Amino acid sequence: MRLPDLLALASRSVFEARTRTLLTLLAMSIGVASVVLLTALGEGARRYVIGEFEQLGTDLLIMLPGRTETTGGPPPLFGQTPRDLTIDDSQALLREPSIIKVAPITVGNAPVSHANLEREVTIVGSTPDFFPIRRIRVGVGRQLPDIPADRQSNVIVLGAALKQELFGRHNPLGRWVRVNDRRFRVIGILAPGGESLGTDLGDMAIIPVASAQALFNSPSLFRVLIQASAKEDIEAARQAAIKTIRLRHDGEDDVTIISQDAMLGTFDRILRALTYTVSGIAAISLAVAGILIMNVMLVAVSQRVAEIGLLKALGGSERQVLRLFLTESIMLAGAGAFIGIVLAGLGILLVNQLYPGFPFAAPLWAPLAAVGVALSAGLLFGVLPARRAARLDPVQALSGR
Amino acid sequence: MIELQQVERDFAVGDETVRALADVNLDIPDGDYLSVMGPSGSGKSTLLNVIGLLDRPTRGEYRLNRTPTTTLGEEQRAALRREHIGFVFQAFHLVARLSAAENIALPMVLAGIAPPERERRVGEVLESLDLGDRASHRPDQLSGGQRQRVAIGRAIVMRPGLLLADEPTGNLDQHSGQEVVQLLEKLNDDGITLIVVTHDSAIGRRARRRIRMLDGRIDSDEPEDAPA
Repeated sequence: MRLPDLLALASRSVFEARTRTLLTLLAMSIGVASVVLLTALGEGARRYVIGEFEQLGTDLLIMLPGRTETTGGPPPLFGQTPRDLTIDDSQALLREPSIIKVAPITVGNAPVSHANLEREVTIVGSTPDFFPIRRIRVGVGRQLPDIPADRQSNVIVLGAALKQELFGRHNPLGRWVRVNDRRFRVIGILAPGGESLGTDLGDMAIIPVASAQALFNSPSLFRVLIQASAKEDIEAARQAAIKTIRLRHDGEDDVTIISQDAMLGTFDRILRALTYTVSGIAAISLAVAGILIMNVMLVAVSQRVAEIGLLKALGGSERQVLRLFLTESIMLAGAGAFIGIVLAGLGILLVNQLYPGFPFAAPLWAPLAAVGVALSAGLLFGVLPARRAARLDPVQALSGR
Repeated sequence: MIELQQVERDFAVGDETVRALADVNLDIPDGDYLSVMGPSGSGKSTLLNVIGLLDRPTRGEYRLNRTPTTTLGEEQRAALRREHIGFVFQAFHLVARLSAAENIALPMVLAGIAPPERERRVGEVLESLDLGDRASHRPDQLSGGQRQRVAIGRAIVMRPGLLLADEPTGNLDQHSGQEVVQLLEKLNDDGITLIVVTHDSAIGRRARRRIRMLDGRIDSDEPEDAPA
């Protein structure tokens, strides 16, 4: 039998059983579409997180007080240590040639008020280097003054949303705001918009690190951001930082240093695994659709017994009958997969319209794998009905027994 | 040329074995016109199925055009059916979703004949059957007689040497049945070997050679001009 004839004959029978075909196509296309969409979701989440990290630069090290080996107590990220990580420690790091910028950070929540308006926000205490390291831009006014890190200064840079809440459309530069019971002069406003690692930069305020320590009465830093002089120097910078802190802390390694790269890699792996898991679960629906195809084809075989007998009488061999029925099930699977891909494409377009910021896109392997699995399911689950058809005894088939 | 030698066919029915054909010896030369009659269950249809290569004899030898067929594989038997044997059934067995022309073309599709050649031959067959204006009709738009004529067209489109008809008039009225029989006889006149299984003695008597089956055996085998 010629291939075009085989396809024509198979498609005629597929179109003949319209309701069954539509239901099968529906099941198969939902399966394929859900694999592609869920993969796109996982992949989008991965790209989003990776993008967030890469915004921060990959030549970054983050130093936390405490050690990851610390046992007991709260989780290691907040590990406890008898020695504080101090501003002096952070400034000592700057003497290393492999380290070019250091930003000590103290963080707390406090109410910021002006006149009778008050708002509870995140207060970050740091140094001027914080701005270039975190790639935060000042929209209006100045950033923190370039004073020694251990000197207090009652100045504050407001986030754009905070400024809007407290001052409306008035110019806040030079005005005083109250944070807890201390007064700070507004010297700058952060550029509006922007988000860093999920923190809304609009709803925060930045003050000098020494002032923040006094404000929150905490002698230890929350963490220290370290920028290496170049991406290649990141390992040297890490070693230098460890050595410096060990010297200053009586020979104890009591800090943890995380590299941006390592965190990036970890998140990348986690989110990839998540994507595979989710699309694997969705792939189960493809198997279910495959079973539906088997069901539909078994019904088709029993309804077309006489026709199968006829084909054999007309000189059709077992192999031809087998091929004909296999072609029908693969056709069902293929058409369903095609519709599923189209549906998924529309879904991706729609989500991108609704959430333009989220990088929602399926990697190329997802539709390919979905179609591959769909066709294999069609083939696999088509074998049993097709064999049943091929093995029908023509005499009995024709007599309708 | 059909040669059956001591052909037997057994069926297992439950625990028992039923012998549908017993010691059948039959030679049918090319171009012969044969009718097979006999009561229900006498083995007429089984004989036809064995001759049509749809069924295999349990014992004995069957040679078609001097080719021994009992040892052939399924694929080869299918090829022989395709090339040498045409079937006409009581129930027509047309494919309902295909038009008359497509039904007639079906054996050529299975044989892998290219579309232009198919169209040419279908055209010829439709013309010779006087069905030219029914080519695109589906079976349910045709009368019984027309359906059987389409089925005959399908049986002869591969130009087989042997035409097997199992109760070809069983589902037709008197008039249509008459037409179909005349058509089959005309094909026989043109050289095709015709074997008709029938209950209808009026039709059976028209054959040049008449076989009566009883309990799986050939009870009588008489030529037209033999004394009754």
